[in-house]
Amino acid sequence: MLEIKDLHVRIEGKEILKGINLKVNTGEIHAIMGPNGSGKSTLAQVLAGREEYEVTKGEIIFKGKNLLKLSPEDRAREGIFLAFQYPVEIAGVSNTNLLKTALNEARKYRGEEELDAIEFLSLIKEKMKLLEMDQTLLNRSVNEGFSGGEKKKNEIFQMAALEPTLAILDETDSGLDIDALRIVANGVNKLISPERSTIVITHYQRLLNYIVPDFVHVLYKGKIVKSGGKDLALELENKGYDWLKEKNSEPVKS
Amino acid sequence: MNEVLDIKNWYLENFKGFENSLNGASSGFIHQLRKKAIRSFEDLNFPTTHDEEWKYTNIAPLLMHNFIPSGKATNLSKGDITKFLFDDLNGSLLVFVNGYYVNELSDLRNLPKGVVVQNFASALKENYSIVQKYYGKYADYKNHIFTALSTAFIKDGAFIYVSDGKILNDPIHLLFITSTKNDKILVQPRNLFVAGKNSQFKILEHYVSLDEDTYFTNSVTEIFTDENAIVDHIKLQEESKKAFHIARMEVNQEKSSNFTSHLISLGGGIARNDINSRFNDEGGECMLNGLFLTSGTQLFDVHSMIDHAKPLCNSHEHYKGILDDKSRGVFNGKVMVRRDAQKTNAFQENNNILLSTEALINTKPQLEIFADDVKCSHGATIGQLDADSMFYLKSRGIPEDIARGILIHAFASDVIKYIKIDPIRNYLENILENKFNKN
Repeated sequence: MLEIKDLHVRIEGKEILKGINLKVNTGEIHAIMGPNGSGKSTLAQVLAGREEYEVTKGEIIFKGKNLLKLSPEDRAREGIFLAFQYPVEIAGVSNTNLLKTALNEARKYRGEEELDAIEFLSLIKEKMKLLEMDQTLLNRSVNEGFSGGEKKKNEIFQMAALEPTLAILDETDSGLDIDALRIVANGVNKLISPERSTIVITHYQRLLNYIVPDFVHVLYKGKIVKSGGKDLALELENKGYDWLKEKNSEPVKS
Repeated sequence: MNEVLDIKNWYLENFKGFENSLNGASSGFIHQLRKKAIRSFEDLNFPTTHDEEWKYTNIAPLLMHNFIPSGKATNLSKGDITKFLFDDLNGSLLVFVNGYYVNELSDLRNLPKGVVVQNFASALKENYSIVQKYYGKYADYKNHIFTALSTAFIKDGAFIYVSDGKILNDPIHLLFITSTKNDKILVQPRNLFVAGKNSQFKILEHYVSLDEDTYFTNSVTEIFTDENAIVDHIKLQEESKKAFHIARMEVNQEKSSNFTSHLISLGGGIARNDINSRFNDEGGECMLNGLFLTSGTQLFDVHSMIDHAKPLCNSHEHYKGILDDKSRGVFNGKVMVRRDAQKTNAFQENNNILLSTEALINTKPQLEIFADDVKCSHGATIGQLDADSMFYLKSRGIPEDIARGILIHAFASDVIKYIKIDPIRNYLENILENKFNKN
């Protein structure tokens, strides 16, 4: 489904990713872990198409297409969804308006009929129930005045409604209490199927108790320095990242 | 400078012809005012950018044309004007073509006793004493050259009188159409709205053109709101992009009256609006709302003044601008709190979005406070569409043009949400979501 080859990325003249190689097959769940500043969020933003990041080398193939040539909106309509680490507040745009427009744009892109009001509403209600969200959030402005947990739930709610083929969760667990974490993870797990793939970017192993990865990769200084199975996450939890840093030839800045 | 003098002489010469055409109708107080006004016009100078109030609005392009004062309506059919009507608006419709009332195109509904909705020329005949009592009392011509021009050439406009305690639920639609047929004309509607004690009504003052032509609209509107009256005024300006639109609205507010103005400015090459409201007694409420969308080389200018002459009044002023291409905007909002006006509450805000690097806005909030127990605030912002919001929407599969529309609509929403007439608000929401689509 997704193949990243020797990806180098720069922002404001500084190289953040220094040769990422990653292959995600259909139906797989990959976790990307790593210390702060290792480039995890950069990778997520690049996959979603944020223009500020400059790809200096390498390629990304998504479902046989050159992803780097697609606009952010086309990537989304091809099935990529990024759950933001910091969801954006947009005053004056209701959650409903955002979702309805997004859903119908995706359907138009696929040559399907747009949803009518009733179909839309029943779909939305079902997904809200999944995430145990209050319906009043629908008419509120996108993320405006939402608590940290509500924002993260809202991301997964959008994801559940848009049903992407590749979901990228960028630190979705950060700032969530244990109940919210369980609800969010449950929402993600409901979407997992042999047709979909998931990339979970996280700092902590905690989330991986709920969303069990097939592969774990450690990103450090813009490179994947170690890959393994789900046990690697537990190992990281026990030993920290230092043993991997030591293996890396360059000195580590604290 | 000589050219400007020539233009003044041009209008003075035209006045002679106009006066002759009036024939027997040249007696009465209206004509006395005309004669005084033309003398003021002669004495006053057209403003230049050296005048503080016109610093950013250069009207030199207006003075390059010899506009001919419009003498009559051109013939239009109902079919010509349907595109300017709103389906679900059930109030009376008054249609003016080139400044003159056209009965055949209008649609006057049955009105309660004590409510008059008619054209100014008819009001002069049928409601002379009311006209005499209010006309020319609020829009001073002695210091305003454009008001002098309006007062000198007054012929027609809209007249609304709602007597004490009367309430009109359906908004009155005043449609001012310009149809130039290639003539460079000057159109000068002159409106007078009088709200009696405890009365209520809503007005839509709507300016449109049939041709994308060069002409000059110079409108003056005077509004008197008596004690406890509620007047909701919407102005929708959709003139030709080549037209000049100079407009003035003067509002007099008596005790506990409530006046709301929504100015929606979309058209005009140069559009200047002077909006002034004065609290003449305690307890008044005044809301001045506005939204302007400019593109190309359009220039929009609003100068407002809220005069807190008396205590215990509230004013709320909020103008928002969305400027594209090389267009320019000017906001100058003055709030005057006089010495006696204790317990004044005045809020003023102007927010602008520049969609291109060449668009420009000059914004100047002015508070002059002479009382010591008041609550006043003002603010102004200038920005661009937020890049993070834009990316967020696009990352959900929403294409750039639609995302722009959504964000522009969101920006404008806290101004247009106050428009209580649904068909007009819906019309605006539609424009907002589509106007800035680049496709």
